[in-house]
Parts: sequence; structure tokens; C-alpha cells
Amino acid sequence: MSTVRHGTLLEGVRKFGVAGIFLGRLLIGCVAALRRPGLIVAQIFNAGGRSLIIIMLSGLFTGMVLGLLGQDVLQRFGAETALGQLAALALLKQLGPVLTALLFAGRAGTALTSEIGLMKATDQLTAMEVMAVDPMSYVAAPRFLGGIIAMPLLAAVFNVIGLFGAQLIGVGLLGIDRGTFWSNTQSAVGLHDVTEGIVKSLVFGAVISLIAVNEGYQCEPTAEGVGLATTRTVVASSVLTLLLDYVLTAAFM
Amino acid sequence: MSRQASPEIALSAQADDAVVDVRDVHYAVDGRPIFAGLNLRVRRGLITAVMGPSGTGKTTLLRLITGQLFADRGQVLVFGRDIATLSGAEIYATRKRTGMLFQNGALLTDINVFENVAFPVREHTDLPESVIRKLVLTKLEAVGLRGAAQLMPAELSGGMARRVALARAIVMDPEVLLYDEPFVGLDPISLGVILRLIKQMNQALGITSVVVSHDVQELATIADQSYLLSGGCVVAAGTPQELAKSDAETVHQFMTGSAEGPVKFHYPAPDYASQLLGADEG
Repeated sequence: MSTVRHGTLLEGVRKFGVAGIFLGRLLIGCVAALRRPGLIVAQIFNAGGRSLIIIMLSGLFTGMVLGLLGQDVLQRFGAETALGQLAALALLKQLGPVLTALLFAGRAGTALTSEIGLMKATDQLTAMEVMAVDPMSYVAAPRFLGGIIAMPLLAAVFNVIGLFGAQLIGVGLLGIDRGTFWSNTQSAVGLHDVTEGIVKSLVFGAVISLIAVNEGYQCEPTAEGVGLATTRTVVASSVLTLLLDYVLTAAFM
Repeated sequence: MSRQASPEIALSAQADDAVVDVRDVHYAVDGRPIFAGLNLRVRRGLITAVMGPSGTGKTTLLRLITGQLFADRGQVLVFGRDIATLSGAEIYATRKRTGMLFQNGALLTDINVFENVAFPVREHTDLPESVIRKLVLTKLEAVGLRGAAQLMPAELSGGMARRVALARAIVMDPEVLLYDEPFVGLDPISLGVILRLIKQMNQALGITSVVVSHDVQELATIADQSYLLSGGCVVAAGTPQELAKSDAETVHQFMTGSAEGPVKFHYPAPDYASQLLGADEG
């Protein structure tokens, strides 16, 4: 039993090491990729633009739920006018970055892993190497950078739409004064809160993109291998997002 | 035609014009030996065929030549330099002088045929768009697919994809072209076209070619020099005609496609009759 655990531990350490070396190569590839801004822009569209609808819908419904629940709880204390403050802080500091990251992992992360995995399975990465083109700077780095840039933008969209959803319920349905809602929101939110959200979404974007690209690159070049790698991307990204969220929240306290 | 040792002696006099020189290469994957003392030379301006049963490491040989893998022991000299001693940049410089045709084409699936062929040119040169366009169209015309320039790889048949890949492999005018199983799964027309193209590339452009395949009949019509691999080393070398006349057991089995001989057709298994009877009882 202990041998099995020992083996699993070793395998875990090995994978961590492989990912570390991959990150090093990826960062070198990023320098070369900066000379191809067109590729990075295309990947921002792939990871960000194509995730926009799902992010907007999720943001709207999250904001609406916040509006309903917030109103329900706050009115017990006679503080329903603080709904804007509650929604804005919850979205900016927590729900925006985290939910966007989880959706981003499911939508863009899986797409990245399966795309790179299939490129590997069909010898496209090898063909690039033989043509003296480094796939790390042509394939991996633009996708990694595209993910890092897209993630904070998506989180920002999520926050804006979420706040709109909370206002829709709070002001439109439950009758809170519009001016009170927005002035409370404005006075409650400081630069510190916005910074926390941006830092979180940047970190989540980097981690998810790294996991997605690494899994695609390291996967077994078979149909089953690509499928397993895609699953691992979602699982590892989601768990790490929540873990890092705790660490970052504690750091910003 | 002769066995393992003597072809090396016969060819050693011509070693000077060797573009690729594989010397006593040993290579193993997970402890399973693929090559055990492989020696072969690819001479400039000739078409060299590397034949052998499936699983003899023919594709691995191409990976060793392009520096994607490195030998455990021995040397792989490409353009006179040991590929294992080269830096990353030097290996890339060597690859720019080499073209490779993959078995499945390995076209980039997110860009069209034109952009696939233009890909190496755009990556390695600063040529103006008008020159790139002419260059790409010339190469596509050579493989008969100028009209397919705007198609996506998913819209091509297997044979067409391989011809596009061939156009991409020659677009940088390489000195050496490596073909990995170029005849697998082709219809007779595509097969004839690919055969003619390999010959034409060699004769008209002077490109040295290494064709890795097990299609003996097809190779016999174009190859100047052949190597037959089995058991991790060269078991026979010579012209295809010489190989066809050979009475060495392995060569004879391979050239005639017989299941009986030194190369085992059956994967190692327990006794057939006892396994069947055992299944009944179980």
C-alpha cells in the first residue's frame, strides 16, 4: 500500500517538475511569440471573444441571484439599501474572478488542451519542429499569452453585467431607489477591491492557460489520451483556482 | 548484394559524398532495442530506399536524422556533422536544409492549402507577399494542386493532402527530402503521381531523397540504393534489383512477402492448440 502511495507521490512530483520545465520553455517561447502579435490577438479572440456569451449570461444570472438573496438577507437588518455595496464587493473581489475562471477553464481551457493534443496526435507539432519552427513559440506561447490577457477582460465583463443584474432585481423588482443603489456602490468600492479582482483574474488566467497548454502538449497522442488530458485540465484548473483564491483572499486581507 | 558486413566495405569508398551517415547507432525505447549497430549512408543526389517490416524503426531513423531523437550510442552525421553535438540553433539550421514528408501529411489544420505551403517561407524569410505568392503557386502547380490553394486541409483527400505536404516540403528548396511511408493508402493514380514526383524532384532539382517504406515494388522503380532493416540493423544493401535477386533468407522473405522465414509474422504467443482447448475447458 505504501509502495503505491510512494509511486503516486513520485508521479505527482515528476508531473510538477515536467510542468515547471515546460513553464520555463514557455516563457522563453513567449519572448519569440511577442514578435507575432497577430497570433496572440487571434488567441485572445479564441479564448476571450468566443467565451463572451457564456460569461455574459452567467454574469447576469449571478448578479440577479445576488440581488434576490442580498435583498432577502439585508432587509432583516433594515439595510436593503446596501444591496449595491454587497453585490459590487462580492462580484469584484470574489464571484467575478472565481466564476469567470471556472467557466474559462471549462470553455477555453478544454478547447486549448484538445486543440494542442490533436495537433500533436496528427504530427502537426512534429512537422513544425522539422520545418525549424519552434511549436513552443508558434503554438503554445500565443495561446498562453492570449489566455492571460483574455481572463481579466472576461472577469471585467462578468462584473459589469453581474452588477447590472443585481440592479435589475434590486431596483427594478424590489423597489430600491436607483440613486441610493449606485451611490452606495460607488462609495463602498475602493481601488484596493478592484486591484484584488484584477490580480486574482490575472493569476487564474495564467494558471489555467498554463495547465491547458501543458496538458495538451504532454498528452498521449491518441483519442483517449486527448480526452483524458482535457478532463485533467478542467479538474486541475478548478481545484487550483479555488485553492489560489483562498491564498490571494488571505493575502489581500 | 551481400550481408551485413560487406555492404559497408563496398560503400566506404563513397563515404565522402554521404549527406547522411549513420554509424553504429544503438537506440532503445523503454529498454526495448530498436537499433543495435545500425550503419547506413545516404549519398548526395541519389534516391535511397530504407525498407523493412513494420516496427523495425524506419520512422525512428528519420527522427534521428532530423535531430528529434538522439542515439544512445553511435553517431548520426548530417551534412558531415554529428547531430547529437549540435546546439538547438544548429539543429534548426540543419533542418532548414532538410524537408520531410509525413505519412499523414501533417498539414496545419487551421490554415488553408496556400498558407500551409507558405508557412515555412513566412517563418524563415522576409520575402514580399508577391514573391511568396509566386513561389507557393509554382510549388502547388508542381504537385498539380494550384487550383486547390484556397481549400482547407479537411477538404482534401489523403493523396491530395500528401501532395500539398510535398509542396510544403520543397518550398524552401531543401538539399535532402525525407519521405515517411509516402505510398501508404494511395489510389493507383496518386501513387503514380507521387512516385513520379519523387523521381522528378531528384532528377530536376538534384534533391537527395531518403524514402522510408515497405512497398518493395514501388521503391524498386525509383531507388538508386536500398537498405533492408531487420532486427535493429541493416541486413542487406544494394540496388533494388540486387535485393530482388538475393537468396539470403530475410531478404527473400521480405521481397516475396512470405509469412514464413526469419522475420516472425506472429506476435509471440502460447501454443495455439492448447490455448484454444484451454478456452473450451474454462
